Amino acid sequence: MGRRLLIFVPYFWLLALFLIPFLMVFRISLSDYDLAQPPYSPHFTGNVMEVVRALDWENYTFIFGDSLYLNSFLSSLRIAIISTLLTLAIGYPMAYAMARAPRGVQPLLVMLVILPFWTSFLIRVYAWIGILKSEGLLNLFLMSIGVISEPLSILNTNTAVYIGIVYAYLPFMILPLYATLEKMDDSLLEAAEDLGCSRMEAFWRITIPLSLPGIIAGSFLVFIPAMGEFVIPDLLGGSNTLMIGKTLWVEFFNNRDWPVAASVAMLLLAILIVPIVLFQKVQEKEAGL
Amino acid sequence: MPSVSQILTLSVSALTLASAALAEEVRVYNWSDYIDEQILSDFTAATGIDVVYDVFDSNEVLETKLLAGGTGYDVVVPTGTFLQRQIQAGVFQPLDKSKLSNMGNIWPEIAARTDRYDPDGTYSINYMWGTTGIGYNVGKVTEILGADAPVNSLSLVFDPANAEKLAECGIHILDAPEEMIPAALAYAGMDPTGQDQASLDKAGEVLKAVRPYIQKFHSSEYINALANGDICVAIGWSGDVLQARDRAAEADNGVEVEYSIPKEGALMWFDQMAIPADAPNPDGALKFIDYILRADVAALASNYIYYANGNLASQPLLNEDVIGDTAIYPDEATVANLYTVSPPAPKVQRTITRLWTNVKTDQ
Repeated sequence: MGRRLLIFVPYFWLLALFLIPFLMVFRISLSDYDLAQPPYSPHFTGNVMEVVRALDWENYTFIFGDSLYLNSFLSSLRIAIISTLLTLAIGYPMAYAMARAPRGVQPLLVMLVILPFWTSFLIRVYAWIGILKSEGLLNLFLMSIGVISEPLSILNTNTAVYIGIVYAYLPFMILPLYATLEKMDDSLLEAAEDLGCSRMEAFWRITIPLSLPGIIAGSFLVFIPAMGEFVIPDLLGGSNTLMIGKTLWVEFFNNRDWPVAASVAMLLLAILIVPIVLFQKVQEKEAGL
Repeated sequence: MPSVSQILTLSVSALTLASAALAEEVRVYNWSDYIDEQILSDFTAATGIDVVYDVFDSNEVLETKLLAGGTGYDVVVPTGTFLQRQIQAGVFQPLDKSKLSNMGNIWPEIAARTDRYDPDGTYSINYMWGTTGIGYNVGKVTEILGADAPVNSLSLVFDPANAEKLAECGIHILDAPEEMIPAALAYAGMDPTGQDQASLDKAGEVLKAVRPYIQKFHSSEYINALANGDICVAIGWSGDVLQARDRAAEADNGVEVEYSIPKEGALMWFDQMAIPADAPNPDGALKFIDYILRADVAALASNYIYYANGNLASQPLLNEDVIGDTAIYPDEATVANLYTVSPPAPKVQRTITRLWTNVKTDQ
C-alpha cells in the first residue's frame, strides 16, 4: 500500500505538470489562427472521436514547407553540439581535479561549483554583457596588457552565445562527471600500471570508459536545454543568431500565431525525446550491470 | 523584440509596489521612457489611488499579453494599428465617457485621425502621437558624409553608399517591421502603405541592401546609444530621439543629436489609452485616464517626454521647445507628407514577419 502511494507521487507529477500541458499545447497546434482572445479556434473540445475526425496537420505541413524552421533547428543543433563539446572539454578536467583533490576539500569544491546558482540566471547572463561589450571588462583588460589594440566585438555574435551557454551550463556537466569519477576505484589504475600501462594509457583505457555514464549524463543535461535556449541568444546573440527558441518567440509574439508556435514546440519536443530515450536506455543498462 | 531588461524593471517595480496591496490601486502598462514619474505620484496624492506602473517596448509584447487575457492591467497604451486589431478581438471595454470630466480638452483633429482605428473613440483616447524619423549625431555624420549629408532624407540610411560609410560609426533601426517596411517603401518612391507582394518584395530588397551596415534592430536601446555617441544614426520615434538629444545636452559630452522628418514622408502613429475588458479596477482606470486628460497633466507629460499629445487645452501650457518645435508639432506642410498605415491581414502579417526575420538574420 505504502509502496503504491510512493509510486503514485511521481506519476501524478508527470501527469499534472507534463502530460496535461503537453496535451493542451498539442490541441493548440491542431487549431486555427483566430482574431480573438485567446487567438486560436480549436477544432475540437475533448471528445476522442471528434479529435480523430478533426485532426488537422495544416500547421505542421506549413512548418515543413518553410526553410526558416529547418534552418533555425539546424542552427540550434550546431550551437548546442558545439557548446556541449566545449563544456565537456572544460568540465572534464575540472571534475577530474575535484575528484583527485584531498577528501576534506571536495565538499568545498562542490559547493563552489553550485555557488553561481545562488544568483539569478538572468542576472548572471546580464553580467556577461558588461564583460563582453566593446568597452567591457574583457576588452579593457586585454587592451591594458597589450594583447589587442582594437576592442574585439564579441557581444551580439555567436561567440558570445557559446560563452554564455558554456558558462551557464558548466555546473550541469561537472556535477555528474564528478559523481562518477569520485566513486571510481583507484586500485584499478594501480592494477593497470602494474600491468604495464603508462599513466596516459591508463587514463584513456580505464578512467574515460568508467566515467562514460557521467559524460553522457552531463552532455544531455547541457545539450537538451541549450537546444531550446532563448534568453542567452536573445541577450548575448546578434540579430543574425538563428535559434529555434527565438523563432518560436517570433511566431508567438510577432505573428500572434499560437497554433504554428505550438506546432514548432511539439516538433522540438519530438526531436528532443529521441536523445532522452537513448539516455534512459543507457542508464537502464548501467543500472542492470 | 522583447527586451529582458524591461521584464527585469517590471518585476522589480512589481515587487516594490506589492507591499502597498491594501490600498486601491490602478495598474498601468505603458511604453518605456514615456511619462514623467511626477504625474504618477501626483495622481496618488490627488486621488489616494496607488499606481502600479509597468513598461514594455514593443506592441507585440503588449498584444500577446492582451490576447492571452488576464493581464491584471487597468490601463494599457497600444499604438493605433495594433489597437484596431485588438478591438476586433474583443480585448477592450467601451469607455464610459460620462466619467471622463476632461473629455472637452481633447484635440478634435487628432481624434478625427484616430477614428480610423477606433471609430468615435469608443474604446480609446489618445495619449501621445508622433512620427518615425531619423535621429542622428550631427558631428559624426557631418564628419563622415560632409556638410551636405542628406540628414533630412531616408537615403541617409537606405542608400547603401551612405550606410556603408556610416556603418563603422553605427546604425540602429527599430525592430518594428510595421514601421520599417513603410519607410523602405517611401525611400523607394512607392506607396508606403502598400502591403501587396510587390511592395513587400521591394521593401525587402531595400532593407537587405543595407543589412550588412546595420548594427542593431532594437526599439529602445538607441536612445542611450545616440545620447552617448555610441552610434551615428537611428531610425526611431520622434520623442525618443529628442530625449536622446536632451540627455546628450545634459551630459555635456560633446554629442549633438538631432531629429528630422524625412522628406520622403514619415509614419504618423498614435498611442491610445484603453481599458482591457477584464481590468480589475475599471473605475480607477477611468480616473487615471481622466487625470491624464487634464490640461496641466498632459502638458507636464509632453514637456517631459517631447511627444505631442492629443490634448488641445494643454497647448498654451507647453514649453516653447515643445510646441514650437516642428519635429514635435509639425507644421501643416510636413503633416501633409505624413502617412498612416492599417494593420495587415493575418496572412500578410505572416509574410511581413517572415520578411523581417529574413532581413534581420541576413538570409
